[in-house]
Amino acid sequence: MFDWIQNSADWFVYDVLNLDKGQHLAEALNFFIYDTTKILILLFVVIFLMGIVNSYFPIDKVKSYLSRNKLYGLEYLMASLFGVVTPFCSCSSVPLFIGFVRGGIPLGVTFAFLITSPLVNEVAIGLFVGLFGIETTIIYVISGVLLGTVSGVILQQLKLERFLTPWVKEVLATAQRDQDTFIAEKQTLQQRLPIIWDEVLKILKGIIPYVIVGIAIGGLMHGYIPEGFFEQYMAKDNLFAVPIATILAVPMYSNASGILPVVQVLVVKGIPLGTAIAFMMGVVGLSLPEAMLLKKVMTLKLIAIFFAVVTLCIIISGYLFNFLL
Amino acid sequence: MSKTIKILGTGCPKCQSMTGVVKDVISENNIDATIEKVEDIMEIMKYNVMSTPALVVDDVITIKGRVPSKEEVLALVK
Repeated sequence: MFDWIQNSADWFVYDVLNLDKGQHLAEALNFFIYDTTKILILLFVVIFLMGIVNSYFPIDKVKSYLSRNKLYGLEYLMASLFGVVTPFCSCSSVPLFIGFVRGGIPLGVTFAFLITSPLVNEVAIGLFVGLFGIETTIIYVISGVLLGTVSGVILQQLKLERFLTPWVKEVLATAQRDQDTFIAEKQTLQQRLPIIWDEVLKILKGIIPYVIVGIAIGGLMHGYIPEGFFEQYMAKDNLFAVPIATILAVPMYSNASGILPVVQVLVVKGIPLGTAIAFMMGVVGLSLPEAMLLKKVMTLKLIAIFFAVVTLCIIISGYLFNFLL
Repeated sequence: MSKTIKILGTGCPKCQSMTGVVKDVISENNIDATIEKVEDIMEIMKYNVMSTPALVVDDVITIKGRVPSKEEVLALVK
């Protein structure tokens, strides 16, 4: 499918620039051109498709659905799945949280949504397909959804309502399930497309610099670090690798799109995929800016419990991946 | 009649660009309107929006969760 990109990259590096095959610089440059083109195309496609889905499943519809229907335990999985198709902006997490709580949606279900939404988002999926291929992407998406579901169930069991800030408790006290059905805007796809298109371009513009820098760094490492270099440090049987990778990852966020290309190279050079996936989930799924925002609705203790549970689940899935793959 | 335009948002980059768009439209077209930025989350939640930024014209929520184009804003405030 991407042969033509490889051919163009070969042509540009070996014919136009006249660099020798096998030379470090030539290989790094070739890798950079190929990866950048491929990933930008995939990002564009995925963000665009998700934009269309989201246009038909806006967050208000999701909330209304979760609030109105009794789902007998499936609501955690549903919330988690909805999180996949909803683009996440950390600045929306607080209004979203309040909106869910006000609609009588249990705290654990709200958490399931809040966990999966950033973890499995359109940018992460686009990058994943480009860097690791479809199979790994599917594994990532499924485990992201399950992670959100399981963490949501655990958090619900912990009865955390008492750790909400006072004004949110008030909201909780007056919460009621939605009576009326969400009425969708009646718009044709043609009317929606320009708006979706606009959003796609905005998202791409925001991440392109990070992606390019990330791939450039990856490209350099690709050319200069020998195959299997990390195997001696981060072998599968090293029990500490997964937790260390996860905990290192939590504070990184704004440059997730820059970090993923680097991680891909690390995997090629011998870091086990489970360790790498745990790292990436930490980068994409949990962020300190988000924690700061959540302070408006949760006490620090609750934020700490929330992050601890999710981190723990990420570490467990990292071990699972290393064990299974 | 003067219109009241409110921009609901906690101060994220998207909210700032929405404010910019709205201000431009108002001044470029000499529209009689007051712009108010609502940054307090409890105030925002009174409007029952779940994705910011949101644009409120005369107490009606018109746009939420995205940055509108100038033409779109103009059509809403005219």
